[in-house]
Amino acid sequence: MSNALFQYTLRLGDSSLILAQRLSEWTGHGPFLEEDLALTNIALDTLGTAKSFLEYAAQVEGKGRTDDDLAFFRNEREFFNPLITEQPNGDYAKTMVRQVIMDVYHLYLYKELAKSKDTTLSGIAQKAIKEVTYHVRHSASWLERFGNGTDESHQRAQDALNELWQYTQELFETPGSEKELLAQGVAVNLQDIQAKWETHVDELIRKANLKKPENVFMQRGSLDGIHTEHLGYLLAEMQHLPRMHPTAKW
Amino acid sequence: MNDRDSMKPGDLLLPVKSFCRLSGQIIAPLSFEIHAFSVKFAYSLTRSAYMEQNINFEDIFESKLAKNDFIEPKDWMPDNYRKHLIRQISQHAHSEIVGMLPEGNWITRAPSLRSKIVLLAKVQDEGGHGLYLYTAAETLGVSRDELLDALHTGKAKYSSIFNYPTLTWADVGAIGWLVDGAAIMNQVMLQRSSYGPYSRAMVRICKEESFHQRQGYEIMTHLAFGTPEQKQMAQDALNRWWYPTMMMFGPPDKDSPNSENAIKWRIKRETNDQLRQRFVNQTVPQAEYLGLTVPDEKLTWNEAKQGYDFSEPDWVEFKNVINGNGPCNKQRLKARNDAHKNGAWVREAAAAYAKKKGESTAVAA
Repeated sequence: MSNALFQYTLRLGDSSLILAQRLSEWTGHGPFLEEDLALTNIALDTLGTAKSFLEYAAQVEGKGRTDDDLAFFRNEREFFNPLITEQPNGDYAKTMVRQVIMDVYHLYLYKELAKSKDTTLSGIAQKAIKEVTYHVRHSASWLERFGNGTDESHQRAQDALNELWQYTQELFETPGSEKELLAQGVAVNLQDIQAKWETHVDELIRKANLKKPENVFMQRGSLDGIHTEHLGYLLAEMQHLPRMHPTAKW
Repeated sequence: MNDRDSMKPGDLLLPVKSFCRLSGQIIAPLSFEIHAFSVKFAYSLTRSAYMEQNINFEDIFESKLAKNDFIEPKDWMPDNYRKHLIRQISQHAHSEIVGMLPEGNWITRAPSLRSKIVLLAKVQDEGGHGLYLYTAAETLGVSRDELLDALHTGKAKYSSIFNYPTLTWADVGAIGWLVDGAAIMNQVMLQRSSYGPYSRAMVRICKEESFHQRQGYEIMTHLAFGTPEQKQMAQDALNRWWYPTMMMFGPPDKDSPNSENAIKWRIKRETNDQLRQRFVNQTVPQAEYLGLTVPDEKLTWNEAKQGYDFSEPDWVEFKNVINGNGPCNKQRLKARNDAHKNGAWVREAAAAYAKKKGESTAVAA
């Protein structure tokens, strides 16, 4: 049980951590000042959620590791974030399409997780719902603007959808280790939220006048810690300082 | 109570009201005239119409300065005062935006989750400060686009400190401790600046800056009391940031071309040298507490002046960095230009969408 709960919480934490790390790359480089501030806010929310999950994961594991140990001292094959979260930012359309996919996912995920029998997980989810509701509004409004803005923005948004769609299926995969947690009412049934996610995202794509990609071969692997090449570089950058000074406190 | 406090935005009688108090002789006919006409009409009186009635705008302006009243956007002000403010506020805004870059350089590499969160929030604050300040500058009749264009083409200046590189994590601490510490010295003074919107922006900015300085000092504390490598990192950062920070107060008073007017107009209220002295007096004991050495062999306590004697920074280097020859000038400007250029299609898409949306709303109506 506790190992399954550790793995489950770890994956939730990794997912937010890696996404936040990507979002934070935009800070100071946004398309205009107000948007720079908004995206940094979203990065901050996401990082805060990651920290809460990782703190809890460390506590559940009970081996004396901290949230920082989990973030900075695990290798690439020990991370379980969905592949989409580690994809490079690309242009602003790609970042916003990635956000639409993840924001809507998080919205339904956290709404269900808020009902979890595990009170810590439900507490983290309840706090995150308020933030993610705003995130959805933000990314969905950009998708609508891009899709209906200029020819260029429409094309960029469509390209981003086409590129990222291959990473959407694995968001709803459930590892065998979660079955027990599901039965106990701790974990979320991802099949249930997939339908809600699809309806919501289909509607956003329609409002943006974009085409939903079809017949896409879906990538997978993150449940087994098998990632795209991008994660290694992200971790090298994120982890190098604590690893150079493993006994240091910051 | 300052008479500004009783005024609402757009209250157009303000210049005349202040004048009436100043000059007793013509108070009766003027106030009669003002009350006889609508406020709207009073505003529509041209400057030359006032001039015919012997109203001296310069006297009104000077009397406000003398009374410590704020100058507000709709008040008359000398052209040079307006120019000086646009230059100073926009430079300040640019400094905040460019200042996001050296610290932003470490966001993805911050060594703990907490320090990453704090740094992200801090850099975001800098962006927020830029936003208030651009808005304050806009009240003087200049657009944000014009100001950004001046930054991107290299015409506008920003604080030269941000043309130095952040090479280690300790540099993030040093920026918070020293650079923000120096900025606070300036900004606390600017809270009492004569121009209302600038002064009010500063009140808010100062609150956040003092948090930033504590954040920086906290990083330095962890490093200075950490492993030998961490302490060495902290000392190295102090060595590299000390003199550039001292330069932040500007050239010595005897060589400062803009200071005299700035003091006269109460835009600035203390001289560069006074602020620099205060900074050294405050910072040396903080360095001592950390067990770090200020890189100045001449640094000694002067009992008579109740302050430290210290070495001047290299003013030749200062001029060079200001004139584009610092270690990161080109890199910083390129980063700002790239962000602006890469964001062009995003801004165009938003504008095109808003236009279409407006048209469809108009059709629906």
